[in-house]
Amino acid sequence: MTAQPPLLDVQGLSLEFRTRSGTVQALDGVDLRVARGEMVGLVGESGSGKSVLGYALLGISDRAAAVTGGRALFGGLDLLQADERTLADLRGREMSMIFQSPRTALNPIRPVGLQIEDVLRRHAAAPGADLSRSLRQRAVQALRDVAIADPERRVDAYPFEMSGGMCQRVMIALALACRPRLLVADEPTTGLDVTTQAAVMDLIATLARERDMATVFITHDLALAADHCDRIVVMHAGHVVEAAPTRALFQQPRHPYTARLMSSTPGAETALADLAPVPGNLPDLRRADLPACRFAERCERATERCRTARPPLQAVDADPTHTVACWHPLGTAAVPTAAAGTPVALETLDG
Amino acid sequence: MSASLTPSPPAAAPAAPTAQPGWAHHARHVLTENPVTGVAAVLLALFVLLALVGPWIVPHDPLASNASVALQPPSAQHWFGTDALGRDIFSRVIVATRLDLGIAFASVAFSFLIGMPLGLAAGYFGGWWDRIVTRLADTIMAFPLFVLAMGIVAALGNTVGNIVLATVIINLPFYIRVARAEANVRRNAGWIEAARLSGNSNLRILAVHLFPNALPPAMVQVSLNMGWAILNAAGLSFIGLGVRPPEPEWGILVAEGAQFIVSGEWWVSFFPGAMLMLAVFTFNLLGDALRDLFDPRRRT
Amino acid sequence: MILKLIGKRLLGALPNLVGVVVITFILTRALPGDPAAYFAGGAATQEAIDQVRQQLGLDRPLLEQFFRYVAALFRGDLGLSLTTGQPVAQELISRLPASLEMVLLALVVSCAVALPLGVLAATRPGSWIDQLCRVLTTAGVSLPTFFTGLLLAYVFYFLLGWAPSPLGRLDPMFSPPPQVTGLYLIDAALAGQPDVWWASFKQLILPVVTMALFVLAPIARMTRASMLAVLSADFIRTARASGLSPMTVLVRYGLRNALLPVVTTLGMVFGFMLGSSVIVEKVFGWPGVGSYAIDALTASDYAPVQGFVLAMGILFVLLNLLVDLLYVWIDPRVSIEG
Repeated sequence: MTAQPPLLDVQGLSLEFRTRSGTVQALDGVDLRVARGEMVGLVGESGSGKSVLGYALLGISDRAAAVTGGRALFGGLDLLQADERTLADLRGREMSMIFQSPRTALNPIRPVGLQIEDVLRRHAAAPGADLSRSLRQRAVQALRDVAIADPERRVDAYPFEMSGGMCQRVMIALALACRPRLLVADEPTTGLDVTTQAAVMDLIATLARERDMATVFITHDLALAADHCDRIVVMHAGHVVEAAPTRALFQQPRHPYTARLMSSTPGAETALADLAPVPGNLPDLRRADLPACRFAERCERATERCRTARPPLQAVDADPTHTVACWHPLGTAAVPTAAAGTPVALETLDG
Repeated sequence: MSASLTPSPPAAAPAAPTAQPGWAHHARHVLTENPVTGVAAVLLALFVLLALVGPWIVPHDPLASNASVALQPPSAQHWFGTDALGRDIFSRVIVATRLDLGIAFASVAFSFLIGMPLGLAAGYFGGWWDRIVTRLADTIMAFPLFVLAMGIVAALGNTVGNIVLATVIINLPFYIRVARAEANVRRNAGWIEAARLSGNSNLRILAVHLFPNALPPAMVQVSLNMGWAILNAAGLSFIGLGVRPPEPEWGILVAEGAQFIVSGEWWVSFFPGAMLMLAVFTFNLLGDALRDLFDPRRRT
Repeated sequence: MILKLIGKRLLGALPNLVGVVVITFILTRALPGDPAAYFAGGAATQEAIDQVRQQLGLDRPLLEQFFRYVAALFRGDLGLSLTTGQPVAQELISRLPASLEMVLLALVVSCAVALPLGVLAATRPGSWIDQLCRVLTTAGVSLPTFFTGLLLAYVFYFLLGWAPSPLGRLDPMFSPPPQVTGLYLIDAALAGQPDVWWASFKQLILPVVTMALFVLAPIARMTRASMLAVLSADFIRTARASGLSPMTVLVRYGLRNALLPVVTTLGMVFGFMLGSSVIVEKVFGWPGVGSYAIDALTASDYAPVQGFVLAMGILFVLLNLLVDLLYVWIDPRVSIEG
């Protein structure tokens, strides 16, 4: 899109969890590119690996997690190879993360102002830091930036004295206190009521715009992603299956899974009867015999090829910004019924 | 503690949940995962065996004194040495197993049999029952328990029976609380309501439905209490309450040897003390294993 | 607001105090045989016994006896010791500092070891230090205090000669420091007597270590369990994601939160300590309230024993109240939510 190199360039990231009941292949060859100031929606069912990806980027994965391949280039540095010290330095200062359940994500026995001050103190020499003012004043300003009323008083409050929406704002203030270049937002609005959801999303979008901050917005809610994101990346069972600018995705979803997601997401005029859930369940990622395309067992377009050869993420028509990982993308010829399943030649695409 | 316990970063969910492993599978898992638990089970069997047949297998008469061999260090004839009266310490220690384990077992059994129904009733009926029983339990726990036991035995008289009684009383609150908590939680559960509606009497509900559910945490308590009861009885005997010499009991044996420690005859106190420790240790390990078995979330 | 909360807690402790008094009263009247005979002494004539009975009001109805008992308590009258002839209350008060010094120091030492141990075990679950912690704590709870005490005396006094002879609070060569609190370490420090301080300290080591070993277990266990729970909480993840240093995360966010349940455990720990202090005092000849009671017991002198039980009960209730108040102070959720 832009001539600049992307702020975040994830290439072929693979990650597994070693558990008592087997090794879970949580992420397999994931590519993700985020440009400066861009808001990218990372969408998929629960268990698709979107949160896992977020944690892996910040280096706060579970103890049982192990990266088995790939790179995650952030401003030239490979996050996956960096040592803990470097990462800890980056966290909060260059890249931040906010989580769902804001009230439990804040220290219950520490006033919110002090929690923000802790972050400010940690990254004291952050660029743009206003060192002329005291930490407390800067914490108050951080609260003001996220539109919390009466910040001078609120700065001494405890999380249990605040509503869920306000806690989420505090968490955003915490994450953005040192003006990071990248924000990973993991389901920040889940659990909040619809009005608060909208307010929080607007806040994030506004701040991102003002500060030229890139955002990875992780959500299972496609509609929410559509409202605010520039681009959407769809994940399924640890694979990226489609990535496109928002409008293009909704005009013509190419991956069968994306189409299914859309038809299971209610819009303003959707009748209940029209909602169609995605068939089947996510495959058990501990299996050794997973099909190469992990959606194959839930897909009506699947052929033998889908089970044995993994479709690469590639542009399917003239638009290089719309990529899909599928042997039989939508908007192309229907799947041949022959059992052998000869690959559909590109010349037969409708365009 | 109100810090929430949420799982760490989500792993991909398996597609179809596998059938829950059975109780026996879990038991085997706990036993093999921690080999110490297996050892503890063996030790328990050993102690029970000693308690049952001890008096018949000891090499010397535990009460026979022989001044000529007084205060001899451990040797081939007297594995644990002899005490101030020339009695064989090994025999005395072995024979004492019966008394100590017997006291502990009796105390815990009665505590259980009295405390559980009280607690279940308190948790189930609530109201006055609850208030009285809770008040009773709280009052007992308002004392340092060993001190209360001291007071009870001192007041009622210096006998083994009173040691058991004192131990029963100070252990009651544990069982009351466990049973009450379980009954309280399930009192309004759907299936209890159903049982009530289908005509089951309260007694039946308590006995048949609530009691079995309260058993697992109670069993953990029983095992831990056994160790505690042994310590208690030994402690009381050590300070001169309860079992009277020459009856062999681990606490008394240690007391008999206490004066000789500072002059170097360590074996008189050491072996009974070590045996005591081993017994309590065994019960504690078992209690831990039982707790792991029934509620892995509460592993400490 | 806080005062109201404190008041509520105080009121909550009252029923326990009442319970303690009632139970000790029952114990005083539960003596087998004729209580008057006990209080009159072994060699008393029937006349003397009857006189004592009337004196003590033992011929009145039980309820009236109870009120007289409570009235006596308020006057500070716990009866007379048969063996020493001194008022029990007076003896208890004069001996209390000895017991308290030992118990408090043991608590401090125990926490100083158990807290780091618990934290370490929690931050490295499954490691050798975690297993060690587990074994140590299980073993610690299994150790009878009299056994540990004797073993320690044997090893460190008899074998190694490092510790002084276990004969009380102070080597007879020294005289106790001028009384301010009754705690020798504090009093010696206040009076500027380093040699007395050091001598007292040396005598304290063995009994304190014995007691500390016994309560190491519950404190370490609770710390470990609490830390484990806290470290898996959401807010720790947020703290890490904000780039806070591992030390800050561990201590300011982790330990501070984890200490809350540990504080409540301290109440239970105090109970164990007060109980085991009796035994430790016997082993080391420590002139505290516990050994006072034991000596009286062996002489069939019951008033001191009953006074002792009552005093311990009251002390325990008050200590629990203190712990409760401490908890209110450190957990903002309790004081604000009321």
